[in-house]
Amino acid sequence: MTAFLALIVRDLRLAIRIGGEALTLVLFFVMIGVVVPFAIGPDSAQLGRLAPGIVWIAAFLSMLLGLDRLFRADDEDGSLRLFRHAALPLPALVGAKMIAHWLLTALPVILASPILAVMLSMSMTDWLRAMLSLLLGTPALVAFGTLGAAVTVSLKRGGLIAPVLILPLCVPVLIFGVGAITGLGTAQATVFLAAISLVTCAFSPLFAALALRAGED
Amino acid sequence: MSVDAAPKANWFSRLAHPGQFLVWSRYLLFPLGVGALAMFAVGLWFALYNSPPDYQMGDTVRLMYVHVPNAWLSQMVYGVMAVAALGTLVWRHPLADVAAKAAAPLGATFTALALYSGALWGRPTWGTFWEWDGRMTSTLVMLLIYLGIIALWRAFDDQLKAGRIIAIVTLVGALNIPIIKFSVDWWQTLHQPSSVITAEGPRMPGSILTPLLLMTLAFSLLFFFLHFVSMRTEILRRRAHSLERQAALGSGA
Repeated sequence: MTAFLALIVRDLRLAIRIGGEALTLVLFFVMIGVVVPFAIGPDSAQLGRLAPGIVWIAAFLSMLLGLDRLFRADDEDGSLRLFRHAALPLPALVGAKMIAHWLLTALPVILASPILAVMLSMSMTDWLRAMLSLLLGTPALVAFGTLGAAVTVSLKRGGLIAPVLILPLCVPVLIFGVGAITGLGTAQATVFLAAISLVTCAFSPLFAALALRAGED
Repeated sequence: MSVDAAPKANWFSRLAHPGQFLVWSRYLLFPLGVGALAMFAVGLWFALYNSPPDYQMGDTVRLMYVHVPNAWLSQMVYGVMAVAALGTLVWRHPLADVAAKAAAPLGATFTALALYSGALWGRPTWGTFWEWDGRMTSTLVMLLIYLGIIALWRAFDDQLKAGRIIAIVTLVGALNIPIIKFSVDWWQTLHQPSSVITAEGPRMPGSILTPLLLMTLAFSLLFFFLHFVSMRTEILRRRAHSLERQAALGSGA
């Protein structure tokens, strides 16, 4: 367990010392919210109606943007090779990296969602639901993202492949994520979203570890 | 019962060895191709001449005989890929990744054809080329998954490594497809009540079912024929590649 926690702390510390990455992601997330009104017009009623979808697309795209940092640096400096010989099993290591990645990419985006809510004139209840659905749904996005990053880490030019690969797999997350904010069955969608997150977070480390092993030898 | 101590190629290793595969699959190509052609001839004759027009849709119902087999194949080919992925991961079967690689573009083509023929059929009957209906949407997502897997195959230099990694992706996709189907159905029924698909239903007389089954068989045979051809091509391509590499090594030394 200490190794598990140590790995999370290491990843957080690395990200903080290098700095800027979380902020850049938040900036990207907010910028999408800024750009959309230019594209569809400043009518606040319409914006409020579309806001749940826009928030989710913005969160989704910023998650995709941050994918490459998950294993790339570790692969380049050789730590990934060391992880394979650690006492901690590889799936557990991947799980620790997933948690760190969620803290570094998803949490800042969720914390920044009030800015988007104000700019897109979301109602208070919509915003609270959006926070909840992002909290419940982003783990699933991170889980799929981890798999995509693990699959493409051995590719020199894998930057674009991972998003293309996991985008169709993330369709249910988007559907239930937006469904948890607006629509008829919000409670139903929230439960489904949580279920998807739990299942994907349970299985993703195993598959990602398998892919990392297959990619290295 | 005769005791034969010499190591003999049993059917499984004969199945596994690429060279053996090239030998025995050659005898399979001709029957498969001829069978597909014959089935197409019979099926098309039934579909175009010997089946009644639908009382609602008229002659456009004949599009079904192309559309439904393609839609069926879009799922079956993924099943083939998933089985091949298991073969790669569990038994490290040397032909499994060749089979998976050969199936991916075929599956993508059949899925695209299903969508295309569906759009052509939807225009006269529903009045629209595209509707965000549950079944259509999940087929579209299926096509995207196929295309992602093809892109991944092309991104790898080392095809052996690619085989194992893509097998993992294929299996994850296979686990995820039911979830996608379920979520899309949930989403579609929530947003717009199903008003478009009323012409479909279990009421299907034998005069329509016969050409449908024949055409499905014909398309399936076509798939297996193309699959074998493209597996053979892939094996030969890999051989040519390694021969080229050997030649390059030889000239360098």
